[in-house]
Amino acid sequence: MNANRPPLGALVTLSWLVVFVAVPVALVLMLAFGETADRIPPIAPLLEHSHGHLVAHLTGNHLGEVLRDPLYQLAFANALRNAVETTVLCALIGFPIAYAIALAPERRRRVYLLLAILPFWTSFLMRTYAWIGLLRDSGPLNQLLLAMGIVDRPVHILYSPAAVLLVMVYSYLPFFILPMYAVLEKLPRDLLEAASDLGARPAYVFRTVTLPLSLPGLLAGSLLVFVPALGEYIIPDLVGNSDTIMLGGVLWTEFFENRDWPTAAALAAVASTLLIVPTLIVRQRMAQARAGVSA
Amino acid sequence: MRRARPAYWRIVSLYAGLAFLYVPIAWVIAYSFSGATTAGVWRGFSLKWYAALADNDALRLATMRSLLLAALAATLATALGLAAGYALSRHSHFRGRGSLGSLLAIPLFVPEILIGFSFLMLFVAIESVTGLAVGKGLLPLVVGHATLGMPVVASVVMARLAGLDRSYEEAAMDLGARPLRVFLTVTLPLMAPALASGWLLSFTLSFDDVITSSFVAGPAFATLPMYIYSSIRVGVSPVINVLGTLIIGGVATLVTLAMLASRDAAGPARGRL
Repeated sequence: MNANRPPLGALVTLSWLVVFVAVPVALVLMLAFGETADRIPPIAPLLEHSHGHLVAHLTGNHLGEVLRDPLYQLAFANALRNAVETTVLCALIGFPIAYAIALAPERRRRVYLLLAILPFWTSFLMRTYAWIGLLRDSGPLNQLLLAMGIVDRPVHILYSPAAVLLVMVYSYLPFFILPMYAVLEKLPRDLLEAASDLGARPAYVFRTVTLPLSLPGLLAGSLLVFVPALGEYIIPDLVGNSDTIMLGGVLWTEFFENRDWPTAAALAAVASTLLIVPTLIVRQRMAQARAGVSA
Repeated sequence: MRRARPAYWRIVSLYAGLAFLYVPIAWVIAYSFSGATTAGVWRGFSLKWYAALADNDALRLATMRSLLLAALAATLATALGLAAGYALSRHSHFRGRGSLGSLLAIPLFVPEILIGFSFLMLFVAIESVTGLAVGKGLLPLVVGHATLGMPVVASVVMARLAGLDRSYEEAAMDLGARPLRVFLTVTLPLMAPALASGWLLSFTLSFDDVITSSFVAGPAFATLPMYIYSSIRVGVSPVINVLGTLIIGGVATLVTLAMLASRDAAGPARGRL
């Protein structure tokens, strides 16, 4: 028997992925060079047989427009800034939580972990909805601030870039905590103890032992937050305003409201290109870090 | 030996973090029991919004639709994810192994808005080439959601297989069992917790999905999350609090059971990594 022959399961799933992932992605990339048409679906066929000639309807206009138009540049810049801010805040908030869970006594660890993961399973839409309720002018947060005399009139937090960032961090936090925890849980305790037994101060142990060893988790968590954050559509739409126009939003508007499919596809193509680079870098770093840990 | 004593800041950050995660959820649940007509206003304990929900036909239809969709998609995703995960972790050399791994990672590493868009393009292309109306209704949604869930199931399966002692399978083979029989009677039962959590994870992915559904289903076949999404855009409403409470309660119960069953709290969620 040929050892290189793929097993049946691999054949089936590979075919599935080619048909439902590779081909669709290729279609979107092709559509970025397509033309709009006044029909259903609202696109001209890429190749057409007319008057005995094969006519290709291909144009780079949409891609050019997406790269040049200030609105799209703003949307890309906003999405990028928002994704970076979300990732950094998730790391700053998520690391201490993951660390605290990892160092908790064995039996409590399971409970804490369950508690940290549960929100990540419950409806994402509902959690965004909850923040709309909490942040409203008449919501509990404003009532609390008013009652404590910190402000004398409600602060408009909802429908602002700050609200978007807050809900983004809230929604993506578990994505960071999990991989971070998975790495911290395996930290060799004896190494930490050895360092402190030898007289290293906690801050020094943290900087020279804990942090380098937890790098794979930090990178994995950051990537898991950054990638979906860059394409996030729902949160900016629900709690943002005109200052939070982002990649997902312009793509959505071009597709559903303007019915300009090629422009939407061009946006998708540029976004995928932007995402591939950080993904590849982080995955490579992670592989290196893993090799380093096991060595 | 000196024992590390629990640092104060660790306990504070843990409880502050958990409070941050749970306050919004508590708000949704608490105000689902309010008698007021505006969400977030307290006017006595009341179950009237629960009754209002039961009377809402459009919402009931969307809920049934979403439950059916999630169950079908999760089952398909589990079958596909099992096949892919098993092939990847038990066969280290075969042609196409690299492509399988890379293609499997795409739905995890690409924002969903791009995936949803590309699904629609596929169905549009199939319709324009064959003239068949395959791009409508339940079928494309099941296919789309199953494709999103499949990599998640595959990662859970691979994590479980990596930690599995192969001596059980080897013993069965030494006793003369054929590979298929070993798989069905030894490997599969050992993987049951992973499959259960993979199925559950795919179910919740589908049951919560707005973006792919909006692209693929169209307004005529609105799922529950699409319905919720369009009402949230308008503002807060007590009915949504009730729906949220039911969804959160249902999911929390299922997930807690699955985690207790798998005896590995991180197991189900590792699928997303």
